Parts: sequence; C-alpha cells; structure tokens
Amino acid sequence: MKKSVIAALAVMVLLGGAAYASFFVAPTERTMGTIQRIFYLHMPSAITAFAAFLVCFVANVLYVLKREQSWDWLGVSAAEVGLAFVSVVLVTGPIWAKPVWGIWWTWDARLTSTFVLWLLYVAYLLLRSMIEDPERRALLSAVFGIFAFLDVPLVYMSIRWWRTQHPQPVIFGGPGSGLAPAMWRVDLLSWVALMSLMALLVRYRYELEALRGKVDALRLVVSEREPREAEAQ
Amino acid sequence: MKNLGSVFAAYLLGWGIFFVYFVSVGRRMASLRDDVERLKKLVGRDK
Repeated sequence: MKKSVIAALAVMVLLGGAAYASFFVAPTERTMGTIQRIFYLHMPSAITAFAAFLVCFVANVLYVLKREQSWDWLGVSAAEVGLAFVSVVLVTGPIWAKPVWGIWWTWDARLTSTFVLWLLYVAYLLLRSMIEDPERRALLSAVFGIFAFLDVPLVYMSIRWWRTQHPQPVIFGGPGSGLAPAMWRVDLLSWVALMSLMALLVRYRYELEALRGKVDALRLVVSEREPREAEAQ
Repeated sequence: MKNLGSVFAAYLLGWGIFFVYFVSVGRRMASLRDDVERLKKLVGRDK
C-alpha cells in the first residue's frame, strides 16, 4: 500500500478516536454542560492554525532569503491550510457562544483579532491570484505573509492583555487555570489528530503547487517555441 | 443532554470545512494533471 494512503488512514483513525473521546470519554463540564464539548474541536483547531501560519512564516522568510521556489510552494500551502483551520475556529466559536453568552458574536479583542487573522490570510491568497509573474508573486506574497503573521501572537496574547468576553486562558493561563486530567487527555488527543491532519493537508496542497510549477514550465516552453516557429514560417 | 444538537452541528460544520477543502484540492489537482498531459502532448508533437 502507498505511504500516503497509510498516512491518510492513520489520520482518519486519529480523527475518529478524537471525536469519540470528545463525545463519550470526556466528562461533562459542570457549569456549561454538553456544549463545552465543542472546546475539543475549537481550541485544538486554533493551535493547529497557529502552527500552520508559523510554517507559512518560516517558509516566507526562507523564500525572501534564498529565492527558492519550494519555499514559496510551502508558504502558500501552509497559508491555505491554516485558513481552513481558522475558518473552523470562527464557525465553532459562535455555536458555543450562543447558548453560553446568549449572543453569537461580540467584537472583543480575541474574536476581532481572530477575524482579522482570517482576513489577512484571505488577502494573502487574493494577492497571489492577482499577480501573473511567478517570481514577483512569490516575493510580494512572502513579504505580505511575514507581516500577516504578526497578528498570530496578538491573537494568542489578546485574552492575557485585555479583559475580554472570550474565556481566559485554560492552558498556560497561570494559577487557577487548567483542565481536569480526563479533559486534558481528550484535548491532547484532538490536538494530535488535528496536527496530523494539518501535516497531511499541507503535503497534499504542496503537491498541487508543485504540479502548478510544472504546468508553468511547460507553458513557458510552448510560448517560447511559438514565436520561433512564426519566424521560421 | 441539552445543546447536543449544537455540538453535533459544530462538529459537522468543522469536519465539513476540512472535507470541502480536501475535495477542492483534489479537483484543482485533477485539472492541473489534465493541463500537464495536454501541454506534454503539445511539446511532444512540435518536436
């Protein structure tokens, strides 16, 4: 069996296990009840998105320094996958918020900075779609990507720096914060499952970008040949 | 089990986003593979 198929099956098993644990293994939270189970998808998705954007940031910096196409491919792949994870965060958050806060959304520092993060990476992808020249596209989007990443620490620190409607940090939140061991284990399993999914998706998306590079190279060969043939005629 | 429907909705939508993304990459990849084949034929024919 191909390695990629085995990896995909392993990720599916992990995701299934994480979902099962979120519904049937994690204890019901005393104050919020069943709705708190969204946490096991919401929070690990957010951390996984940060990890994907970190990969994008590193790839963008390396592209600016080395100008190697493969770093550009990795950058756009990680940005797109990170955007999918932030979208999950932005969808699951309001579904949790409505029964707990009584509102779907509020413009507090955490929610607003997360929404801005989503917009920044949408802009990153839009910018790429507007530039034809591959080298110019790679350089401009790398520079934009480096600046876009500055919002990631802001999102992370927002609930530490400002008083927000969003709950205070549960992990690395200082004295009084933390999870019950059974909840922590389920959260860790979900995080491992989603990080594996992220790695799989980035790899898959990278293959797409490599294929695009091949198409660009072939198009160049065809377009260079056409004027020569016209001259010969 | 109050709000169980909301929990299911959140998981369905979350997993739905990943699934749609996975399918969209697959479709784009299939379209590019067609382009590669077409361009290879074009280059090969002109040799």
